[in-house]
Amino acid sequence: MDIGLLGQYLANGIMLGTMYALVAVGFTLFFGVLDVIKFSHGDVLMLGAFTGFTVYLGMAGIGIENPWVLVVFVTLSAVIGTAFIGAVIARYLVLPLKSAPPLNILLITLMLGTAIREAVRLFFPDGSNPKPFPSLLPSSSVELGNFSLRADSAILVGVGLAVIVGLHLLINRTRLGLAIRAVAQDEETAKTMGINYTMIVLVTFAIGSGAAAFAGTMNGLYYNEINFGMGLLLGLIGFSAAIIGGLGNLYGAILGGFLFAGLQTVGAVALPFASAYKDVFAFAVVIALMAWKPTGLIAERTSDRV
Amino acid sequence: MKKSFCWSAGAALVAAAMLATAVPAVAKDTVKIAFIGPLTGGVSANGLGGRNSAELAVKLRNQDEKAKYTYELMALDDECKPNVGVQVATKAAADRKVIGGVTHYCSAVAIGAVDIYHKFGMPAIVWGAVLPDITYGNTHAEVHRVNGTMINQNETAAQFMADQGYKTWAVIHDTTDYGKGHNEYFSKFITGKGGKILGTFGVTADQQDFTAELTKIKELKPEVIFFGGLTPIGVRIRQQMDKLGIEAVFQGTSGIVSDAYLDGLGELAEGTLAFREGAPADKLPGGKFFLSEYEKAGYDQAPEAYGPFAFAAANLLMDAIEDVGADRKKVTAYLNKVENHDSITGPITFDDHGQNTVAVITKYVAEDGKWAVWEDSKYATGERKLAGR
Repeated sequence: MDIGLLGQYLANGIMLGTMYALVAVGFTLFFGVLDVIKFSHGDVLMLGAFTGFTVYLGMAGIGIENPWVLVVFVTLSAVIGTAFIGAVIARYLVLPLKSAPPLNILLITLMLGTAIREAVRLFFPDGSNPKPFPSLLPSSSVELGNFSLRADSAILVGVGLAVIVGLHLLINRTRLGLAIRAVAQDEETAKTMGINYTMIVLVTFAIGSGAAAFAGTMNGLYYNEINFGMGLLLGLIGFSAAIIGGLGNLYGAILGGFLFAGLQTVGAVALPFASAYKDVFAFAVVIALMAWKPTGLIAERTSDRV
Repeated sequence: MKKSFCWSAGAALVAAAMLATAVPAVAKDTVKIAFIGPLTGGVSANGLGGRNSAELAVKLRNQDEKAKYTYELMALDDECKPNVGVQVATKAAADRKVIGGVTHYCSAVAIGAVDIYHKFGMPAIVWGAVLPDITYGNTHAEVHRVNGTMINQNETAAQFMADQGYKTWAVIHDTTDYGKGHNEYFSKFITGKGGKILGTFGVTADQQDFTAELTKIKELKPEVIFFGGLTPIGVRIRQQMDKLGIEAVFQGTSGIVSDAYLDGLGELAEGTLAFREGAPADKLPGGKFFLSEYEKAGYDQAPEAYGPFAFAAANLLMDAIEDVGADRKKVTAYLNKVENHDSITGPITFDDHGQNTVAVITKYVAEDGKWAVWEDSKYATGERKLAGR
């Protein structure tokens, strides 16, 4: 295999990995701060993509055509809108159940996810059909032998990685991040230190949901298609990525995301059997990894088994 | 006294008049027939086109004063999912008021549902699914099909592609019975004609990312990518081919002959090849009539490629009911004897498996945002060239 193709596989893998990592980051944030697993995360991602799409339709409707203006507004409104929804979910569904058994939160978010998914399917005009998401980024490409890099893919990966780095800095270098980490480590002590616990939880959920919305918009811009069921598999993959990385650990989520993308690519390319089994292969490896390291590759300091 | 007599006589007259006008309408029994197709989901454009066409057939029949029954169409959504399809097929078949069905666009659904029609003894006429086994894989007397199968389709496709001088293929197919069938028959015919398959990739029907498969294909450098599957992932694969800079010809099957494919891709659709049994609607014997009536009815969606077959199937079913009455067994017996039955898609003749013999396969190429018949296209005249020619 020549170097150009290898580069192509790598580029594909990085693209997928970035998306998966963005989803996994949300799972890991929620778990780290509140010890909850929010199963509606994938559907929140889908909601973000549809929010962006709706904003695009509205802006195109009033005659705004500059793709850069469009892409910035579409992404921002998707992220902000979904972050708000994430905070609302935390405030009214997750926090009230804080002292209930974790299974209840799991169930309620699972049901919420289904509700969101079906609501988009039923209430978005013609919502059960795939929607053609506009390609707003330049599509020129560079060809290096067998390696073709398109400007839009490069921009998406670049911005995606920047968002991940930004999140990392936010958590590790800011006062807000310090507060989030404090709550994650010890809720009681954090409260006695004067940290507004509810506020921090809401902000964390907003951040996680915003990241998901970004991944959703990125998904739309990359594949130029969104549909009501897109969050289902992405959510599952993001969750698995967060777990193999080590739930509660930001680096783990990123590692897990890229690992999963790598597994899928290897499954489709290097294995002798049909590429239809690439998900089977990737999830089987995840199962094996979990059996080997139940707390994930990079474990949280106070480890919880999942 | 006299006055009141006059009144009552008048009232009686009015009542009699009312009765006289009302009688013909009341005398007609209502007969239910089922339509099953994907009304939601990725291929719903085809399903809705078929539903509208069947509905149109029913509407026109109900306007016909000579018809013995009033028909009611029960449209059910199989979502192009086998599990849902089996549920709605059971719902229709278990309802004794439903005399027959115009059923299924998706092969994977139809193949699962045929046993149900047999079990409940409900005559069904398939209007869009092309998997051979739907009719040939069983001996169910209840199952019929007005459209052709993928065997003829792929034979023509292989011959055509070989004539164009293409030598190498990579195959992507979905892993449903539909995609697997296309892979099997196309691979068989094309290797028989000296073509070479460089690689075969099975993908799931709801897969989003194909970059890994396509990069592998890029490495294999085929002249043509053959795709056996339906519109939604067809759109995704064609789009991602472009993202990876793959210049091969994209050759699809009847599963992508839909406006949704063209709308989903815009300019990228240009030059895509596809094959479908039967002639395009406006070239069918009754095509002009069908299209003008369809337009008059004012549906929001196009009839799509298989609409005329759904229309023909519904009409055939109603013809049968008119002839032998609203009885499932008799209708089945009638359908099994159908020979040279007049329809807008041309005469229908069922063989002993209930399969209509459709000889014509039409070759399509996407040109300027339309599915153009190959012979009438700028590609055939040489004005435009397919990739690699």
